[in-house]
Amino acid sequence: MTMKVGSRQVDGVTIVDCSGRITLGEGSVILRDTVRDLLSKGNKKIVLNLADVNYIDSSGIGELVSAFTTTKNQGGELKLLKLTKKVNDLLQITKLYTVFDVKDDEAAAVKSFK
Amino acid sequence: MTEQRVSYTLDSSLETVDNAEEKATRIATELGFGEDEVMQISMAVREGAVNAVLHGNAYAADKKVTLAFERVGEELVITIRDQGKGMDLSKIPNPLAPENLLKTSGRGIFLMRSFMDVVEIRPSSAGTELKLIKRVHGPSEGAKEASQ
Repeated sequence: MTMKVGSRQVDGVTIVDCSGRITLGEGSVILRDTVRDLLSKGNKKIVLNLADVNYIDSSGIGELVSAFTTTKNQGGELKLLKLTKKVNDLLQITKLYTVFDVKDDEAAAVKSFK
Repeated sequence: MTEQRVSYTLDSSLETVDNAEEKATRIATELGFGEDEVMQISMAVREGAVNAVLHGNAYAADKKVTLAFERVGEELVITIRDQGKGMDLSKIPNPLAPENLLKTSGRGIFLMRSFMDVVEIRPSSAGTELKLIKRVHGPSEGAKEASQ
């Protein structure tokens, strides 16, 4: 299953609903293009909803890091929402759980932006 | 895996990465590994295939990736060979070091080592050979049938 994304606005925050696999190739490119497009349009408060992402490889992890740093470098914030156990475990063992702001509840994620 | 050893010769393409992962998932499942272990094995094979296709063969059409699965006693032994210039092991950074945490690459071998019992990397001028070993812990009935 390839990756699909859809975005929506909630109180000035862009929620990007991702589903499928974030892996080398199409999945990583879709995520990269989506975040860059949002930033270019001035949407700098971004939440990646990963509830339906069932698989991510090292390239996908790299793409999450890239999205995080690109957003931060442009004065924005990118947070992660609703990690599956597999993705959560990967972020734990790579120590990236300490880097990302990870939320379990969408309303709380939206509120957490300053 | 009804045979004790199966081997595939694959192109240096992105399709090979997905193909290798699918084969690993099927074989590990047939051998009776649990769901989490199957995911670990398939991800390790995927990362090994990525290294072979991208960093080893650099997508060269005339270079192949060899992927082999072998059941040796209570171990699943997976070998991935490329025909590249040979990996420089001294240039592999520690992805957990604070200065590397925000790097966008360099986690593949770390993930393989996290998921497999043994990871051996043998670079040479003819390419790199990667050996991944996962021990079968408490095989299920399905595994016993698959190994007969």
